[in-house]
Amino acid sequence: MTQATNELVKLSAAEMAAKVKAGEVSSRELVDAHLEVIEAAEPSIKAFLKVSGDVAREQADAFDAKSAEEKAQLPELAGVPIAIKDMIVTKGIETTAASKILEGWVPPYDATVIEKLKAAGMPILGKTNLDEFAQGSSTEHSAYQTTHNPWDTERVPGGSGGGSASAVAAFEAPLALGTDTGGSIRQPGALTGTVGVKPTYGGVSRFGAIAMASSLDQIGPVSRTVLDSALLQEIIGGHDRRDSTSIPEGPRPMVAAAREGAKRDLKGMKVGLIKELGGDGFQPGVEARFNEAVKKLEEMGAEVVEVSCPHIGYSLGAYYIIMPSEVSSNLARYDGMRYGLRVMPPAGVPQTAANMMSYTREAGFGDEVKRRIILGTYALSAGYYDAWYGSAQKVRTLIIQDFHNAFQQADVLVAPTSPSTAFKFGEKMDDPLAMYMNDIATIPANLAGVPAMSIPAGLSDDGLPVGFQFIAPQQRDEVMYKPAAALEAALEEDWGGPIWQSMKTPWLNAAE
Amino acid sequence: MPTFTREEIEHLGDLARIALTDEEITRLQGELNVIADSINKVQEVASDDVPPTANPIPLEAYLRPDVPETPLTQAEALAGGPRTEAGMFVAPRILGSEE
Repeated sequence: MTQATNELVKLSAAEMAAKVKAGEVSSRELVDAHLEVIEAAEPSIKAFLKVSGDVAREQADAFDAKSAEEKAQLPELAGVPIAIKDMIVTKGIETTAASKILEGWVPPYDATVIEKLKAAGMPILGKTNLDEFAQGSSTEHSAYQTTHNPWDTERVPGGSGGGSASAVAAFEAPLALGTDTGGSIRQPGALTGTVGVKPTYGGVSRFGAIAMASSLDQIGPVSRTVLDSALLQEIIGGHDRRDSTSIPEGPRPMVAAAREGAKRDLKGMKVGLIKELGGDGFQPGVEARFNEAVKKLEEMGAEVVEVSCPHIGYSLGAYYIIMPSEVSSNLARYDGMRYGLRVMPPAGVPQTAANMMSYTREAGFGDEVKRRIILGTYALSAGYYDAWYGSAQKVRTLIIQDFHNAFQQADVLVAPTSPSTAFKFGEKMDDPLAMYMNDIATIPANLAGVPAMSIPAGLSDDGLPVGFQFIAPQQRDEVMYKPAAALEAALEEDWGGPIWQSMKTPWLNAAE
Repeated sequence: MPTFTREEIEHLGDLARIALTDEEITRLQGELNVIADSINKVQEVASDDVPPTANPIPLEAYLRPDVPETPLTQAEALAGGPRTEAGMFVAPRILGSEE
């Protein structure tokens, strides 16, 4: 790989965009550079299920051919390529949700966010790996491949969006989209030293996001800098009449907030430490980096107060009722009739539609998906509905009230993103509950619909990245971008550059 | 509260239309009982005076303007079908199953 390629792919998306604008580099050159990195990195990282090189080159050429006037109409990130979690449908590009039941499916339409990226002139590099139907916290539940963490390829990248996070961390893409139902953007962000944002529920259209748990799912940005996520969220955000839960408002002023934050002045801002998220179950190295980062916020003028969210301990339980219930309902559509896999029953079993569905779903779904469908079917069945689903919905109300009260005392809340750094393959695969615990600090934001983001807070004593989470009030996403950008700038000054400077990247050094 | 029996999981597999194998039923039984124990505690705080939340962002339901739009073409809609014929999806026998 040439030195020029190596330097180009390490730029932030905003820096790449500036070079495109200045005419120093074309969109085509950006795409080619990233395709070269993808080719070099994929044997060890395996972040992509599908690389759409031809589509990306075509889109880049179309952007480069535009007149200066036309380009001036486009968003700041125009011409910068992006990777897409394979949970979001892309017209003409195979979309599988990392499930065998959708193997070979080519969607006949684009998700709203994909239409917006195309309109912004952002080429699509390919589709990234995930836990099947976004169900998992390590990307090990993909039906196709396991994605490796670029910081240590013996370890998981987190999940479910491990592919998007690893691709961005490994410089295979400057940006990616993820989906976050219980932490699937933020937890992989924490484990790979990248930035991941879950917007306010309804802030980004879910039209064309393959549904997992509809009252929790949200599409959001994956990037290496806070500003890049802000730029991307302003492009994908805003009202969409094709999603009935879409908030009928435009995107919040997140880019301005991120730029303001970079000045590192947080005077007048109140930061609330959620006292229930920490201590038992959190690695000491994670807590140490978290506490140091809180000090940094104080040094920049923020007032730090402790807040209590007394019902947060019930959020994991509520989540594991609501989420599987919605999963069992949403995944009922995979019935072997209109698209996806069809498996006919074996000889001797009546060849009926009902039996075809049962054998198709048995063959097409993996263990974790089946576990959740069965659990959800139970939670929604007559006789248990009130005790489980009804109770969980009430807990949801209590958690929303907790956040409401906390935001009376603080502008923004903070907590570690994940209780641990990246773990080894197989470590938690036989213990669903241990795997579920990964999302203990990220799930509350999904239940409450509030926006939250994870940014790198440094390396733990094991040399692996730690994530720092900001949580803002509903529909006030910009509020978290300011302190996040400030913390990023302060930490990078201490480190003498971005966190990835500490990461070994042999795939980039494979010199020609 | 809930203890999953083998029969119950078989029945849930039926309801969810998944032809679970014997081995899967055995494994699910153990796993689901552990998971159920841990999530049961939501009932501790779900008292009668707490209203349930379905959508965390309360929005008024609205209708789009009644303007015709072009949907997918028939060919596009059928493109992913496992079996199609004469512009239709081909389904296995639905009525008259002798189970």
